Amino acid sequence: MNAMDVASPTLPQRVRERTKSGSLRDFGIVFAFAVLFVALSVSSPAFLTTTNLVNMASQSAALGIVACGATLVFIAGGFDLSVGATYGLAGVIAAQVALNVDVVTGLLAGVACGVLVGLINGVVITAGRINAFVATLATSTVVTGIALVLSNGALISVTDERFTVLGQGKILGVPYAVIVFACVVILAGVVLHRMTWGRYLFAVGGNSEAAMLSGLRVNVLRASTYVVGGALAGLAGILAASRVGTGLANAGGNTLVLNAIAAVAVGGTSILGGSGAMWRTVVGIFMLAMIQNGSNLLHISVTYQSVIFGLVLLIAVATDAWSRRRTR
Amino acid sequence: MYAATSDAPSPVMRLDGVAKRFGGIQALNGVDVVIPAGAVVALVGENGAGKSTLGKVIAGVHHPDAGRIFIDNVEVDLRSPRDALNYGIAMVAQELALVPEMRVADNVFLGFESRAHGYINSRSNRRRFEELQHSVGFTLDPDHRAGSLRVADQQKVEILRALARDARIIVMDEPTAALTRDEAGSLFAIVRRLTSQGTSFVFVSHFLEEVLDVADTVVVLKDGEHVRTAPAASETTESLVSSMIGNHVDLSMPDKADIALSAPVVLSVRGLTHSGVFDDVSFDVRAGEIVGLAGLMGSGRTEILRAIFGADRTRGKATVDGVPVRLKHPRWAMKHGIGMIPEDRKGQGLIMDRSIRDNITLASLPRHSPLGFISRRSEVKTTDQLSEKLDVRTLDHEAPVLALSGGNQQKVLFAKWLAFGARVLLIDEPTRGVDVGAKAAIHQLIADIAAQGVAVVLVSSEHEEVVGLANRVLVLRRGRIVVELAGHDLCEDQVAQSALGLVADQPRIPGNHRSVLESQEIRKGTI
Repeated sequence: MNAMDVASPTLPQRVRERTKSGSLRDFGIVFAFAVLFVALSVSSPAFLTTTNLVNMASQSAALGIVACGATLVFIAGGFDLSVGATYGLAGVIAAQVALNVDVVTGLLAGVACGVLVGLINGVVITAGRINAFVATLATSTVVTGIALVLSNGALISVTDERFTVLGQGKILGVPYAVIVFACVVILAGVVLHRMTWGRYLFAVGGNSEAAMLSGLRVNVLRASTYVVGGALAGLAGILAASRVGTGLANAGGNTLVLNAIAAVAVGGTSILGGSGAMWRTVVGIFMLAMIQNGSNLLHISVTYQSVIFGLVLLIAVATDAWSRRRTR
Repeated sequence: MYAATSDAPSPVMRLDGVAKRFGGIQALNGVDVVIPAGAVVALVGENGAGKSTLGKVIAGVHHPDAGRIFIDNVEVDLRSPRDALNYGIAMVAQELALVPEMRVADNVFLGFESRAHGYINSRSNRRRFEELQHSVGFTLDPDHRAGSLRVADQQKVEILRALARDARIIVMDEPTAALTRDEAGSLFAIVRRLTSQGTSFVFVSHFLEEVLDVADTVVVLKDGEHVRTAPAASETTESLVSSMIGNHVDLSMPDKADIALSAPVVLSVRGLTHSGVFDDVSFDVRAGEIVGLAGLMGSGRTEILRAIFGADRTRGKATVDGVPVRLKHPRWAMKHGIGMIPEDRKGQGLIMDRSIRDNITLASLPRHSPLGFISRRSEVKTTDQLSEKLDVRTLDHEAPVLALSGGNQQKVLFAKWLAFGARVLLIDEPTRGVDVGAKAAIHQLIADIAAQGVAVVLVSSEHEEVVGLANRVLVLRRGRIVVELAGHDLCEDQVAQSALGLVADQPRIPGNHRSVLESQEIRKGTI
């Protein structure tokens, strides 16, 4: 944890080695991000303003939190399609409990339901040896169904100010949602890059057989990523519910899942597991946000936005695949 | 179709001075082979002699670095199995390559289906299948799912597939390794029938008696060099073994330490059994001792190491310092100080995308991580120390291990278990794919590790390596320990002959250097 350690004498060599082995994958996205940022700043005076940037961050917060969880799942070699459904269920549960019991309990219950869904996913996928894609697709449907039952398929409005303050409140002009997002990024980043658990996730995703032969409990580690991913989806869900003051079963839907996965992949975290970083997901999230935001400012239609983002995603994933082939 | 070649002028295929290098290893060096029409040519040699490589060169899997290949006296360049197939050469690999979910007939004609207007004409395919079966003289159910056939029948499907593609030469790599004696017999009957129709076979095989039984010509290889080509009729198993072993280029091996009988037994294995793989394996390893497990491929060596390490399910018992080890997961074995360097460095040992540092500390990470936070300082210190001690040649410990050479990658794996502080080290094929210089360094390293008092179990396909390093060698054949060799009896000749089953097995009492009472107690415990 000591930042001084990083500055070992081999730093220049290290940089050279790194850039040799995969500079395109490592820094291509940073370059693209910078180019887009500068281009938008130049072409639209409304872009580089505090209000706009804070707005962007605030709108990306919930998605960003989901993506942080997805990053962990990806790095350990997993895949989770159910986070969108969990996001909706968490909002519904939070609103119902807030109305009928207590606001704080409601918010906690929202996160807890995410943990539970993640645990079920993790156990089914690892111990049950079910393909992650199909398993989470199935749980996703079940979870949405439960959320629809709990909400009778309707919006659940909560007007209690204590419920909405999390999503709507600000401190010194910064929305609480952005602060929560920042905290999640930092915490997840520290855990992933500075703690044993994170190191083990890379090992499990990179080579599960070698990880097992190094004494790691591959199934437990994999399952734990689904639990954390579910918890973060729950947290994002209550944040979103709090923002609009309603719980809605379909709040997340498929778009949320796909955008989260896209943001992770665009950032350069491998969807095959074993490599990636939390900062990459942040870059990916803001890349997505900038494309939307910039298109709006420049009056580009929504249809083109998705075309642009789709192409960016394709390029990012192709770069990852090609750089892997080159180094193998 | 294939019968048409019966009057073709022999030889069908000729290889002149073929050479192939893999990294630092000269797998083949100036080898000449002639494959006549309608003949069975057997390639024999020890593990690593180059026979499989030669088989793969013939089948176009490997492209030779030097030498010329002629088919029907025309020089050809075989760059892929597909090229070879175009010249009528097909390969039946050791790992059969059928599509398990598809039916037998569909596998046979995969990619060569009779079709009309883009639709597969199944009636015509069925007719071709019947014709094919008729000419080979065996029957298979064309609608059976290929994956649920027994290995012997899957092999027949592969042979049909080769013939369906008009193969004139069929290369078979260890065709009988997974077959029973009867199945092998019926395979040879098929081979004889096909050779009488003009098809040639190239057999890569360990089993010398079978080779002499079925082959017309035997090609003996040693260390990638061609020793001799002779008619099978003029050879005996003894004559083959002596030229397979011969005198190796002498690799200097580190001196062996004497293990005092008073040295404590660290690892003790009793009655280890995994049905069909290995059976009732028992042995002891003392502190500082290197015990070698030798045997042919598939004799159960690797599986025994994995069982002791808890990587595969097994029955039986293992103790470290007399304390029983749970054989359920490597982490239990590691709690007792057992470490394992697996045979497949890239697939099982290393996380190729991660750094040298990450790989070295993976097994001992909690020690570098107070409260779960990894101390980079402590990791870097360990990595620096060990990579200097082991002479891992790299500029940068942060580079991914995939940038390293094979020898250096292997050293990283040794460093990982040194960092862990293994008291028992199970080492599988430590020098596979490693160049000569790094090989010597790794041999010295193994001797040094043992000299520190670590109990080492060494598995290697190279008898020379096991004999040169181990204090005792246990020879395995078909999953059983058939002989224990030590002292003057420990020589390559003995190991090879026992592995091949050419000498009488010696009855052996596991742990015979213990008192009778003790070993009885232990055996009682396992029953």
